[in-house]
Amino acid sequence: MTPALFSFERVTLDGDERPRLDDVSFEVPDRGVSAIAGPSGAGKSSLLRCCNRLEAPRSGIVRYHGEDAAARDPLAHRREVAMVFQRPVLFAGTVTDNLRVADPGASDERIAALLRRAALDEGFAARDAAALSGGEGQRVCLARALATDPHVLLMDEPTSSLDEETAGMLEALMRDLAAGGVPVVLVTHGEDQIARVADRVVRVDRGRITGVEELAGGAARARRRTTDHGSEGRDG
Amino acid sequence: MAEGDVSAVGLVLSLSLVVIAIALSARESLRLERDIVVAVLRSVVQLLIVAVGLTLVIDEGTPLAWSWLWVAGIVLFAAATVSRRARAMPGVFVIGLAANATTASVALGLTFGLGVFPLEGRTLVPVAGMVIGNSMKSCVVVVQLLAEQVADKREEIEARLALGLTGSSAIRPFVRQALRLSISPLIENVRALGIVFLPGAMTGLILAGVDPLDAVFVQLALMYIILGAVALTASATALMGARRLFTADHRLIRLARSTRDA
Repeated sequence: MTPALFSFERVTLDGDERPRLDDVSFEVPDRGVSAIAGPSGAGKSSLLRCCNRLEAPRSGIVRYHGEDAAARDPLAHRREVAMVFQRPVLFAGTVTDNLRVADPGASDERIAALLRRAALDEGFAARDAAALSGGEGQRVCLARALATDPHVLLMDEPTSSLDEETAGMLEALMRDLAAGGVPVVLVTHGEDQIARVADRVVRVDRGRITGVEELAGGAARARRRTTDHGSEGRDG
Repeated sequence: MAEGDVSAVGLVLSLSLVVIAIALSARESLRLERDIVVAVLRSVVQLLIVAVGLTLVIDEGTPLAWSWLWVAGIVLFAAATVSRRARAMPGVFVIGLAANATTASVALGLTFGLGVFPLEGRTLVPVAGMVIGNSMKSCVVVVQLLAEQVADKREEIEARLALGLTGSSAIRPFVRQALRLSISPLIENVRALGIVFLPGAMTGLILAGVDPLDAVFVQLALMYIILGAVALTASATALMGARRLFTADHRLIRLARSTRDA
């Protein structure tokens, strides 16, 4: 049996007042789009940050493809398990400069190809990153994350600060990536977004898993909806 | 009384400007009156103690080892000051001690090894005081700025970590910024030497009756030593400080609270 993409085994992560994750156990399969949903402060982002080792649990094990993630080289692990944050975090310089932080040797052709994967034309390469809109910036962040050739993409409420049309575009990109063999783990609190893009949902509340649902036909439904994302409501 | 000496009456009269500062503070409700009075009283007591100590240490009959001991004391005091001013930075006392001790060793070694000044208690203690005093300030600035960046630029640093960069690479842009901010004021001082202000050592020498050209030579030598020392301290502090901000597996630590504690 193929090991899960991520497997949390009794993971506890300390917080200021109460544990951010409290004895959490669940698995994320190595395919499709897996949503992590729950109210603000539930521990969704903490789960994601444990996946690429920006956080280290006090106890328990996070496994990646069956291997203890804590035993892996953290730098190689993070390049394999890429992450897009809630707000677009752009570095000083041009869009190309941003992408070359992730891949210093990237040729102009490679930069153009990465931008295309994030639905940006190559004219963006020379643009000043500070002058981009929120949606453009988030897509540059996606292109930058893809520059490490990741095996999996973690996305922490990536559409929360975007307008509906741009959010729809990003959702379509998530589906495309998942269809192309790069599973996506998406933190969201929008039920509409889950219905549009997710194949399964892990529900979290107060640092505990409250349910894991496989969404029957989720991918097909999502594909149908993302082709017409402009007419859909959005609360992600 | 020698030329340039300040009498006790002159010293008391100079306090009239402090009275003006206290009056301004009271008028503008700055609530700095108590701080000014305490600072003035401390300066009197501390410098009188220093004067007595220095008289003993730099006396020609006193072994030079006592001067080196004095220098070690300055380094320890500098480390304690850095530690007090940036409590949130982990291991800040060790950072302050190592950075200032390294700078003192290199700067004083070169200064006296190359014969810029003769190695005597009379030169060693004041030069060390000026070098370490300035180094300590740059150390404080670097440590405070680095710790502030961890709070203000956490997202950007973590975005770099998430791309597989090491901690030191992820924080490098902010290290550069901290270094520029800590060294630039001294470069400005060097640039403005003699035009905007007459620096302390030179002023003191001229007031004491030394030929202005001789005073300028001493001052220039000191400024160059201090410039190098500040750059060295800032770099050493940034290097050590940046390492302390990350765990062994390149996670950015969370600092307890603001670093501008004092």
